[in-house]
This record gives sequence, structure tokens and C-alpha cells, in this order.
Amino acid sequence: MSRLPLRALFMLAWRNLWRNHRRTLIMLAAITVGVWAMIFMTALMRGMVDDMLLNGIRSLPGEVQIHDVFYRDDPSINNSMPPPGDALLQALRIPEVKAWTSRVRVPAVISSERDSRGVILLGVEPESETQVSFDLDNIREGRFLESASDRGIVIGAKLADRLETELGKRVVVMSQDPDNDIADRGFRIVGIYKAKLASLEEMYIYGGRETIQQMLKLGDRISEIAITGDDYRNVDRWYSTIEQAAGDAVKALPWYEADTYLGSMLAVMDGFVLVWIIVVFLALSFGLVNTLVMAVFERVREIGLMQALGMRPSSILYQILIESLLLLLIGLLLGNVIAVVTIIPLRDGIDISVVAEGMEMMGTSSMLYPALKVNDMIMANLIVIVLGLLTSILPSWRAATYDPIEALNKT
Amino acid sequence: MTITLHMAWRNLWRHKRRTWLTVGAMIFSNLILIFSISLQFGSYRMMIDNSLKSYTGHMQIQRAGYNEEPKMRSSIEAIIPLADTVRTQLGLDSVAARGVAFAMTSSEQRSYGLQIIGVEPDFEPKVSTLPGLVTRGRYFDDSDAEEIVIGAVLARNLRVDVGDELTLLGSGYDGSFAAGIVRVVGIFESGIADIDRNMAQMPIGYFQTLFGLGDRGHNIVINAPDVLQLAPVQQSVREVLRGYDGLVVLDWEQLQPGLKQAIQADFTSAWFMYGVLIILVAFSVLNTQLMSVLERTREFGVMMALGVKPTRLGGLVITETAVMSALGLTIGAVLGIVMTAYLSQAGFSYPGMEDMAERFNLPERMYPSLSIASIMIGPSVVFLFSLLASIYPAVRLYFLQPIAAMRAV
Repeated sequence: MSRLPLRALFMLAWRNLWRNHRRTLIMLAAITVGVWAMIFMTALMRGMVDDMLLNGIRSLPGEVQIHDVFYRDDPSINNSMPPPGDALLQALRIPEVKAWTSRVRVPAVISSERDSRGVILLGVEPESETQVSFDLDNIREGRFLESASDRGIVIGAKLADRLETELGKRVVVMSQDPDNDIADRGFRIVGIYKAKLASLEEMYIYGGRETIQQMLKLGDRISEIAITGDDYRNVDRWYSTIEQAAGDAVKALPWYEADTYLGSMLAVMDGFVLVWIIVVFLALSFGLVNTLVMAVFERVREIGLMQALGMRPSSILYQILIESLLLLLIGLLLGNVIAVVTIIPLRDGIDISVVAEGMEMMGTSSMLYPALKVNDMIMANLIVIVLGLLTSILPSWRAATYDPIEALNKT
Repeated sequence: MTITLHMAWRNLWRHKRRTWLTVGAMIFSNLILIFSISLQFGSYRMMIDNSLKSYTGHMQIQRAGYNEEPKMRSSIEAIIPLADTVRTQLGLDSVAARGVAFAMTSSEQRSYGLQIIGVEPDFEPKVSTLPGLVTRGRYFDDSDAEEIVIGAVLARNLRVDVGDELTLLGSGYDGSFAAGIVRVVGIFESGIADIDRNMAQMPIGYFQTLFGLGDRGHNIVINAPDVLQLAPVQQSVREVLRGYDGLVVLDWEQLQPGLKQAIQADFTSAWFMYGVLIILVAFSVLNTQLMSVLERTREFGVMMALGVKPTRLGGLVITETAVMSALGLTIGAVLGIVMTAYLSQAGFSYPGMEDMAERFNLPERMYPSLSIASIMIGPSVVFLFSLLASIYPAVRLYFLQPIAAMRAV
């Protein structure tokens, strides 16, 4: 009883696969659709979450933020902190840190002659702010601030609408100084910006840091330092350096702790992608097992004959497993190719502005960019191959353990 | 017909394993569909309920354009008499007038810019749950009292408690400064972060005085007794408004388009996933039925030679599928109901979901809501697609030549 060479087993499996080409083709179609759906849907979900995180991190102060220890509980002007000291400045020079900026951030009321709104007033340093979070392309009218002592103010287009005001007009901004006296100041609107998320347009107004510090009688104190690296997924590598350098008087936080909604979003999505892939696989697996059971069933006599001629049970087991493997591989190949082919034309984004306000509740903008991740593709393919082979073991094993005499006598 | 059914039943059990595998695929998808659709319905209903009942209400009367541009000046004149009229005309208590303004709110230690809502003390509790959620102090009883009720988070941020005073500073109806001092009489906890952090309410009488509104307000909230009666109530409100120029009644879908769209977006992506599951089941059925037809070629040949019409053979194949699908539907539905019913009592949570849930005004535990619709939609579509999948194998029979078929191996 000799072992059949692998080549012969593959050949047998391949030919067996095409003996009933209709069944094989239907199964292939099912695997292809399943794999396509896994990858396509995953890419859409990833795209959505990426967009959500990028928007979120941009509107948060950066990937890592430093605040006074009490600021998170009570984001008021009283919990400000001094500008970064030497140790921190040193740490901020590490190559992983792409840019950083410091801000004054306080709740405020902005009033035009027509109306008033509650907003968040940011006192920023224009040069570093544009590197960390503000995109100069977003300026629709006028200009962004020119220096930390710029006396103008930049507001969102939607807020300007609400206040019935426009570029060049004056507005009054009121907030509270550290002694809880009302601090107010008139500003000329020097720029109007547009944001991806309309709610941000209504929320943030930008003034020069020094001007705002003066208005609020803050001296040189600031509310926060925002730091950005190259990649929000890899914040952990450099976060601890910053944390140590920042010292105990202040608190450094990575984005996923600063906004637990965003942080958990990433984890929930990872879980959801896995659940989705497995559910699709399970739906497929019934068909796969069925196909193999049928393939074995109609060849019972043949298998009996092979055994009678001296083929080892293990060879029969391998032969059926290889048949299943070939089926899975072709299905995977087609599924992957079709997934990539259908995602490429969508690269420039899918316009989902019909449900823009709904998406905004989730924190995503009205264009959905599918994000095809190599890791997700590998995961989907691995799951299908590994679980697919596992589910094929049972029918193959049954085929391998037929009694040759009984099998031969089967009609 | 009974013979066909009988034959179909027996044919199915000629290949027990194959039949069960196909039925298994149906059961699996039906289970998943029932569970997810119930979960969807459950969470949508909660999202809608929770988002509307705490503040927005089922519908609002506003000046046309106010919803798009909520400005102080697009107000409703003589709002309280109008609310009274609507109340009597509809015979409904759940109608309340409101005013909306922004003001800088300062305690001794802190200041925040806030949206302040002027409410009718007698009727506000009938349209929203907030008055009932006052955990410390009380709600209003006098429409002209210089009082305010604020959210718990706001109270903490402002460092105030019941009995403390707040200074309000804002702009009034004519653009002039509006300033006043009010006493905190109550603090509510809704559990919705946004509301607890940003909401402050005042009695509408004093509110109108403070912001120089005269007899004006900004919207009248109307709750229908039941979500199903939204349309008729809205219609009657429209009739009442016929004599008032420039006033419109908007339902929640217009007031909170985000809510509806979030549901739509979720709905679309969910149906994409369901579609994939259903198509995979259909493939499974197609495969099984095609195989079972092919392997019976000889048998069918003999039957045709004996005078059985192809129509009847096709009918047999379709009946087999129908019986199989009915099995899948029944077992899937029963298991689905049991599982979902258990979870709709016990609820379940998903690690990391709390933050997402909060964003959509959902509780931390999810409770699927079981209804005839949520049970039947998924399985019926699976049933339908299974039948569709068996058309091709059935149609093949028409092209069967009895002689050739009988010779087939």
C-alpha cells in the first residue's frame, strides 16, 4: 500500500471537481459572492470608521493632548496650565511628533447685532494650528489668522448664517476670566471657514492666542497642548515619552482615552468586521459541506473500489480535502478580484449626502471612502480557508472510513 | 395535489443529510435575520422614543423657516393663546408653548453660554419627560417666577445647587441686552449627556419678560397620544393653523432629520448584509435542487414515459423546495422567536457599545423588540428567494426528452 504522490492527488481532486461542473460552478459563485461581500462591506465600514476617527481627532485636540489635571472634569478657564517647560519642549522634538500647538479653549458666547450663540472659543497659534488641525483650504472667505496676536476672529460659515453676519462685520465675544468676571471683546470677522461636519462650523471660533489671553486676563497660561504624529493607530509608540516629559502637574491623554466614543468605535468595528466575516462564512459553510457530502455520496462505489485497489484511507481524506481547498481557493481568488475591481471605481468616494445629517450623528462626513485594508483581506481569506477546511474534514473523514466491501456493494 | 405533496415529502427524505444541510442554511439565516431585524426595530424605536420624548416631541408648530434658521426673531405672536386654541381644538393636553434663547449663564465661579428654554409650567410635563426627571428640588409652578431648572452636569460645571442664583446675560428680541438673575429651583438628570450638559428651562412668563419677547414664543410642541396617530393629529393641527399666516407644523422627521437619516443609513447597510445572506441561501437551494433533479434524470424520464406532464414534474420540484423552505421557515422562526424573546427580556450588551449607545440616546443594554413584522420579514424573503432559486431546475424538466433521459447514467 503505497502513498499516492501529492501531484496525483491534486490531479484527481481537480478532475473530480469538474465532473459535475454545474454544482462546482454554483458553489464557486456562492463562495465568490460571500468573499466579495466580506471584503466589500468591510472596506466600506473601515472607510466610515477611518473618516469618523480622522474627523474626530481633528476636532479633538490632536492625537495626544495635554491638559491641566482637573481640566477634563471641569473644562473651565480656571483649570489652565503654564506653557510647555524645557523637558516637554525637548520631548516634543522627537521625530514621531509631526507637529504640536498650544491653545486657549474656553466656552463663550458670540453675539452679532442680530443674534447670539454659545460656542467654543479657541485662542490658537496660526502657524502650528494649521499643521495640527486647521486646514487652510477650508477658508471660504477672507483669511485665517496671521499671528498669535492677530486681532481678528475666524468663524464657521454656518455660524455666520445663524448670526446673520458676514466677513468684515464686528461681533462681540463674551466669556469668563479666572476671577469669574465677564470678559468681553469686540472682534472683526477676518475669515469664514467651512468644515466637513456642519456641527463643527457652529461650534468653534478661532482667535489669536495672545489676543485671547489678553482678553481673558490669562497671562501666558494656556488650556491645552495638541500633538499629532503620523498615524493615529500608532500613538502608543511615542505617547509615553510625552507623558513622562509632561510631568505630574498636567495630564497627557491619547485620543482613544480622550474621546471614549472614538476609542470604542475602533474596537467595536474590529469586532463587527470579524462577526460579519464569520456569519457570511457560516452561511457559506452549509453549501460547502453539502457539496462535499454530495460529491462523496455519488462516488461511494468509486471510493470503495479505490480502497479495494489499495489506496490508503488517508489518501482519500486528502483527496477530498484538496478538492475542497481548490474550490475555496478559486472562489477566494474570484471574490478578492471582484472586490478590488468593485472598490477601485469607488475610490473617489461614495456620495451619501442624502443621509448626511444622519451620518453626522455618527461623526462621519457625507462622502464615504471605502478603505481596503490588506489586514482585513488577509483575515477574510484566512478565515475562509481555515474554517472551510475544518468543516470539510467531517465529510472527507466519512469518505475515508467507508468499509470497501460495503461501499462497493452500494447501488 | 396531495399526491404531489406526498411525493415531494418522500423525495426530500431520500437524501436526509442533503435536505437537512439545506434546511440548516435556511434556519441559520432565518435565525440571524429575525434576531437582527428585531434588534434593529428595537433600537430604532428606542432611538426615536428617547430622542423625542426628552425634548423635541412628536411635532412642533413653528414660524416657517425657523427650523432651518432658528432665529430669535422668527417667532410666533400670542403664542400662549394659540397653544390654548390648539389644545381645545384637538382635545389634547399634550400641547405646550416654548421660547428659545441664548444667554451667558454665570454662577459665582463659572460661566457658560447656554440655550435657555421658556416653558409653560402646567403643560410642559405633558409633552416631555424632563420635568419628571428633576431629581433635586422641584419643577416650576408659577409662570412668572424668576426661576430656572438645569441639567445635572451643567449644575456640576457651574458649581451650583438648588437655591443658588445664576446671572443671565444675552440679547433680547430687539437686539438689546437682556439681563436677569434667577434662582435654581431644580436639577434634572436625563442620562442623555447632551441634555444634562446644555439644557436650562425657565417659566415662559418670566422668559418673555427677560428677553423682551412680549407675548411671543418660538414653538408649540404637540405629542400625539400614540405614534400611530401622528398623521391624523398633524392634519388637525394644520386645520387649526389655517387662520394663521406663516405658521407650519413639522413632524419629528423634519425636526430631527439626522435621526431619520441615521436610521435610513443603518437600514440600508443592514439590508445589504441581509441580501448577501439571502443570496447565499438561494445558492444553496439552487445547488441542492439542481443536483436532485440531475440525479433523478432517469426517474423523471420514466415518469414522463408513463404520461406525467413536465408541468407536473416542475410542480413537484417546486413543491419539494416549498416544503423544504417551509421547514426552514418554521424551525428558524421558532428558534428565532425563542432566542429573541429571551434576549428582549434579559437584554444584552456588547463590549464597548456603551459610548456608541449614548451617542444615539440608547440605553446601555440592548433589547430587541419582537413583532409579527420582525419575525416574518426575513424568513418570508428567504422563502421567496428559495422558491425563485428552484425555478431553473424546474424549468430544465421541460427540455427533458423521455427516451434520452431514461438512458442517462
